[in-house]
Amino acid sequence: MDFETVIGLEVHAQLLTDTKIFCGCSTKFGGAPNSHTCPVCLGMPGVLPVLNKKVVEYAMKMALATNCEINKSCEFARKNYFYPDLPKGYQISQYAFPLAEHGHVLLDVNGEQKKIGITRIHMEEDAGKLLHDEHNPVSYVDLNRTGVPLIEIVSEPDMRSPEEAADYLRRLHEILVYLEICDGNMEEGSFRCDANVSIRPRGQKEYGTRTELKNMNSFRNGQRALEYEIKRQQYLVENGGTVVQETRLWDDAQGVTNSMRSKEEAHDYRYFPDPDLVPILVDQPWVDKNKKDLPELPLAKRERFVKDYQIPAYDAGVLTADKALAIYYEEVVKICSKPKVASNWIMGDVMRFLNEDKRSIRECPVKAESLAEMINLIDEGAISGKMAKEVVEDMYKTGKSPQDIIKEKGLVQITDEGELIKTITAIIEANPAQLKDYRDGKEKLFGFFVGQVMKATQGKANPQLVNELLKKMLAGPS
Amino acid sequence: MKISSQEVEYVAHLARLEINEKEKEKFTSQLNDILLYIDKLNELDTKGVEPMSHAIAVTNAFREDKTSTSIGTEQTLTNAPDARGEFFRVPKVIE
Repeated sequence: MDFETVIGLEVHAQLLTDTKIFCGCSTKFGGAPNSHTCPVCLGMPGVLPVLNKKVVEYAMKMALATNCEINKSCEFARKNYFYPDLPKGYQISQYAFPLAEHGHVLLDVNGEQKKIGITRIHMEEDAGKLLHDEHNPVSYVDLNRTGVPLIEIVSEPDMRSPEEAADYLRRLHEILVYLEICDGNMEEGSFRCDANVSIRPRGQKEYGTRTELKNMNSFRNGQRALEYEIKRQQYLVENGGTVVQETRLWDDAQGVTNSMRSKEEAHDYRYFPDPDLVPILVDQPWVDKNKKDLPELPLAKRERFVKDYQIPAYDAGVLTADKALAIYYEEVVKICSKPKVASNWIMGDVMRFLNEDKRSIRECPVKAESLAEMINLIDEGAISGKMAKEVVEDMYKTGKSPQDIIKEKGLVQITDEGELIKTITAIIEANPAQLKDYRDGKEKLFGFFVGQVMKATQGKANPQLVNELLKKMLAGPS
Repeated sequence: MKISSQEVEYVAHLARLEINEKEKEKFTSQLNDILLYIDKLNELDTKGVEPMSHAIAVTNAFREDKTSTSIGTEQTLTNAPDARGEFFRVPKVIE
């Protein structure tokens, strides 16, 4: 049977505020356990949470960047359930009246733009962290993360393949990082994703029964988990079974999803407006101010790169995937005005070095000016492309300027005709047999002579000049 | 009846309360009275009145994103029924 996959995603992004959403405790990662805590985030009786204004502004920025409508009025609600990482017995979230709704992001699917709807974006607090004892039936609770601000971004069930889902996640991640409202660190949990997946016979209108997938902590894992889960559902249906609505955990090591049978599968969260937190009214001037402050977003930057620098869409995609990389690229191009050459060096050598060392472009020892100067030196013929490979590697290792490296290594290209003519004359004289064969029509031997010249000059001869001179001199005196 | 004894049992479970048969009967009757009393409000015509979530007309109570002093691990764990090192210790809850 031919099935169609339907995927909707819920993304939780941790906001880059200094303090928690309802109290002044630090949001820094890695503090001593239970040290970033106070009566408010510990859920002591009688305390009063007060909303961090920056949380609203950051959430609003994401909403505007994803084409959402900002609701004029929104409010917080209590989501009630018992779990040891939640000291109050409820999570403060938004329910009936979220901050923003009806947005979308655009994906590039097989060369065509596809709109993925965003149902809503709301603000909420994070829960604490549980560590499970491997030997004893106990768990340890660290409440540092309790009350750290999150936004939840809920998509429409608009994705039709795991690739589309991964692509959507990358776009959201990119936007969050561009806005500088989330560090996007998936390992530390700053960007988390749950997926709702179902399948249906192609052509059927109604959705199939969905399962919810959790614990996918990278784009790749997310895609693998979805691929597995779709296969599992198809297998079930094709063999006369039915999909059960449940939550399933992705097991990265085993490469499977497992049912997360909880004692209380039928959740009853009994949401109600939080009486401690008054409604939030967002007026137009506030929205406009945040709109004005939005930076150039990835998609717009990508389109501008293609248009202004005349580089392929693929290059523009790679270069704008990281805002810092895009800034680096533009600095290089500003100095050397060779957009495609710059893109090749960055995407090739520079990114290869960075990836090998797991470094980001921010930590790149090759300064943008240095790379640009090197490109200029190639353009001027001072060094060959081959020498440049050596130079760029050295720049990466030492952080030195290309001029210094060229000087130290004696990497100066020989462009002096007189000197090259002397070398070539000597080579021709030393190889009379090859010269005769060449003149008799064995043109392949041209490469032999080029090789001899390069060997004699230790690769420093300007290749174009060598070609030119050799052609003339091998042809014989005219 | 506004509420059944099954519903009382369910709500008690959600709140992690253990109640015996006699209590269940008593609470059902008491909650029923309360709900009937609240029902009186339905006699009022509220057509055209916006639902409200708060009794006060205050909106937009914000704080700036400024760090204040946390109380520290030691004091945080003072009231913990059980703790070990820098952590609260609870019965294992993994599923």
